[in-house]
Amino acid sequence: MPMLPDAEFLVETLAEQIRPLLGQNAALVGIHSGGAWLAQRLQQQLGGDIPLGTLDISFYRDDFSRIGLHSQVKPSSINFEVEGCHIILVDDVLYTGRTIRGAMNELFDYGRPARITLAVLVDRGGREIPVEAQIVGARLELDPGENLELARDETGKFHFILHEAA
Amino acid sequence: MNNPQLTKDGKLKHLLSIEGLPRSILNQILDTAESFAGVSEREVKKVPLLRGKTVCNIFFENSTRTRTTFEIAAKRLSADVVSLNVGTSSQAKGETILDTVDNLIAMHADMFVVRHAQSGAAHFIARHVPPHIHVINAGDGRHSHPTQGLLDVFTIRRHKREFHNLRIAIVGDVLHSRVARSEIHALTTLGVPEVRVIAPKTLLPTDVERLGVQVYHDMREGLKDVDVVMMLRLQNERMSGALLPSAQEYFKCYGLTQEKLALAKPDAIVMHPGPMNRGVEIDSSVADGSQSVILPQVTYGIAVRMAVMSILAGNSEQ
Repeated sequence: MPMLPDAEFLVETLAEQIRPLLGQNAALVGIHSGGAWLAQRLQQQLGGDIPLGTLDISFYRDDFSRIGLHSQVKPSSINFEVEGCHIILVDDVLYTGRTIRGAMNELFDYGRPARITLAVLVDRGGREIPVEAQIVGARLELDPGENLELARDETGKFHFILHEAA
Repeated sequence: MNNPQLTKDGKLKHLLSIEGLPRSILNQILDTAESFAGVSEREVKKVPLLRGKTVCNIFFENSTRTRTTFEIAAKRLSADVVSLNVGTSSQAKGETILDTVDNLIAMHADMFVVRHAQSGAAHFIARHVPPHIHVINAGDGRHSHPTQGLLDVFTIRRHKREFHNLRIAIVGDVLHSRVARSEIHALTTLGVPEVRVIAPKTLLPTDVERLGVQVYHDMREGLKDVDVVMMLRLQNERMSGALLPSAQEYFKCYGLTQEKLALAKPDAIVMHPGPMNRGVEIDSSVADGSQSVILPQVTYGIAVRMAVMSILAGNSEQ
């Protein structure tokens, strides 16, 4: 089993990489659920006035016809103008790339962003479609049978958990 | 007991009636509808969930509003939609219901939304269709109108948050109302502690208490301290029979006026499934007043129907 990275440390490095990109019209959008927590934390870390949104991509998944609708869909919430915006799309783990595709499809249904930058805490390889992150906290090689997830304890601190995929 | 609405592992396959559905499924529909409510407010009011699927609205009984909301809901899910007013087409030429359905299946329909004057029509179709096809009851006779019941509880949840502390009154022609039956089942399943029905004896089913409601014949008494007033439509054809003296008389006893509404809690909301008979079951000043949520009900109806369609479409029996 590989050593899991320190999630709290990676949040710091991610914030420092994002800071120079924050010009006018920048906004953070986190993908539910790990990415949404992360985007919220990054907003605090980078100064609270960057617009913040969350996406639940359940309605945009490409495996709907095989596995049906997720039983716990959360509302997406983007309360700012996406048109012309620089969206910093945030997720905890980048794996096949399919979630990012769904998220980008959903984003464009809110408007036409000027630019999208992808920031992830961990890139674990295993891409199935050509999607790459511009900002990466750490790179990790994991077996296809392993599932890496961001978790949050009761004090709000982040850590990673690794479990066997179902 | 085998519930024809559920798959072997207890997932919703058809929506035929609220009766017999567990609270967890009702909550899943309401939670999912919450997400769809946001979709309708976006620049692009569409999600790609049912892309490539064909939804057939078969209306053996006319209902412009219900058919339109189902159509809009299916289109916002990116489905292709065909709406048939069967009363005016093949049925008039003598084709049976199942022949109509079989023909649509032969055209690769994936989902049927069925409205019929006969109770049990949607059940009948659901038993007949192959396992990959889903059926939604959009009103069958006096029996059930589940999506209306669901959008009503969704409206209540949006305005009142919780169900466990509510007192709710349903007013009017309960006897002939599939809407009332669906509302009562939904409210009791979701844990509303006090559901009242207010109506003259002639417009109540004889065993209505068995549904878990309290009966009031005096509207003023029944409205006292309620959180929600759910009005029912008085169907015009009932007025000519022996059940009611006249529309004026009915309005005097059971019409909702500002003065009667004042007996409910000050923050009570007023609901009506539409179409309204102004001046018969509800006064215009109430229907258009600040406590009315009648138009939001219509808006929420789309989100709720999107939720039902997308949950069903994802639960196919393998």
